[in-house]
Amino acid sequence: MSAVAPDSGYTTGELQTIVAARSLAGKRSCFIGVGRPSTAALLARIVHNPKLVLVYESGTIGAKPHRVPLSIGDGELAQTADLVVSVPEMFNYWIGPGQVQVAFLGAAQVDRHANLNSTVIGDYDHPRTRLPGAGGAPEIATGCAEVVVIAPHGRRTFVERLDFMTTRGERTTLVITDLGVLEPRDGELTLTTLHPGVTVEQVQEATGWDLRVADQIAVSPQPSERELAALRELVNR
Amino acid sequence: MAELVSLQEAVAAVVKDGDSVALEGFTHLIPFAAGHELLRQGRRELELIRMTPDLLYDQMIGVGAARKLVFSYGGNPGVGSLHRFRDAIEHGWPGPLEVEEHSHAGMANRYVAGASKLPFMVMRGYSGTDLVAHTNVRQIACPFTGELLTAVPALNPDVAIVHAQEADRDGNVQLWGIPGVQKEAVLAADRSLVTVERIVERLEPRPGGVVIPGWVIDYVAHAPGGSQPSYALGITERDNDFYREWDVISRDREQFQVWMQAHVLGGEGA
Repeated sequence: MSAVAPDSGYTTGELQTIVAARSLAGKRSCFIGVGRPSTAALLARIVHNPKLVLVYESGTIGAKPHRVPLSIGDGELAQTADLVVSVPEMFNYWIGPGQVQVAFLGAAQVDRHANLNSTVIGDYDHPRTRLPGAGGAPEIATGCAEVVVIAPHGRRTFVERLDFMTTRGERTTLVITDLGVLEPRDGELTLTTLHPGVTVEQVQEATGWDLRVADQIAVSPQPSERELAALRELVNR
Repeated sequence: MAELVSLQEAVAAVVKDGDSVALEGFTHLIPFAAGHELLRQGRRELELIRMTPDLLYDQMIGVGAARKLVFSYGGNPGVGSLHRFRDAIEHGWPGPLEVEEHSHAGMANRYVAGASKLPFMVMRGYSGTDLVAHTNVRQIACPFTGELLTAVPALNPDVAIVHAQEADRDGNVQLWGIPGVQKEAVLAADRSLVTVERIVERLEPRPGGVVIPGWVIDYVAHAPGGSQPSYALGITERDNDFYREWDVISRDREQFQVWMQAHVLGGEGA
């Protein structure tokens, strides 16, 4: 994740975050979890979209954290939010009816239809690895109009068959990895964009199924100085 | 009307072995002090209910206080795994743990049904996921439109325990910041305990304040700092460093046991 792209001066993780932030240009609101999605959404507010409304499932709507929060319920989120609501209100009034436009989600496993597993690796009753579970993801993924999945690209994550289907993928519009971007075409994830220096073969090798590749493949623009500087300043706050 | 008593007396009065117990607080206001007191009193065979088990239930599961866990997200937020939770499910240590899991929306609606004293709530969700086959929900047709919806059963725990910023001497409670599902949990439960940072003469209205009147609460106990390493907005700060340290402390069974003995079971608070 933190490997340095050849001859670049930025890491593949930084590029992934920057590409995710760009996807929020022009969007009204975004639902975010912790980690890279949160960093990307904060970066989007700095570089692309200062009016972007950040929504965290803890109930904080319109949070404006200065630092990347560790948890989805850090105090700064409540103190800077436009409104703070209970968990039932968050899901029943805001998430379910589609008041929040975009959702950023992660997962341990992703299949070719962008369905997600965050429950178990192995058999449900005797799991090899017990993962945290559904959290808000299933209803977020069917409530928000656009779902952006952010995941590391490898065969452990991009699998032919999920061990458990936690979250449905039909609203996924983008899957942003450290190698490129996949988008659904007729319901199947298709490689549409490569990050600079990455080959189609590399992406295929890191994907656990015979990956569809778009006829025209784009290359993600290199991070600008402004994007990189803003990201580094943000994570060092 | 809520009785103001010590934390020890309150916990002894509300929790018995075998009870279903919901200690709620969504990242914010997690009632650690009450949970630790419950462990010191040696409660066992509990059905632990919480949307996010967090460090508190990781500790309670790790010492063997739980028979069953009902939850929707079992991770250390922003850090990674809950190792005691994983060890119990993956290896049955320190004993078998029955699990019933839901989505956050499902758990929230189960509390709403419980507080409403309705048998279930309806929602969209679960359908098309593998959760349906592994948890307790049913499909139901809307009587007006025929739309297929999901029914989630009411949660009515024997006991709800929550933490708040303040109470007055009549046991009226006010909390503010992230309100989670605390009001729903208290109203859904048969018995309830609210621990508070401070006792005040009068509750002053706060922006976003949630007031729970003393006449729906059984006990209120003064427990300053009682949600640490979680926090009480405006009074204490979330101890993010401890959440990271817990990843190390809890990874190893023996190290976990030594830490629990030194910081929870052997003394006062963590």
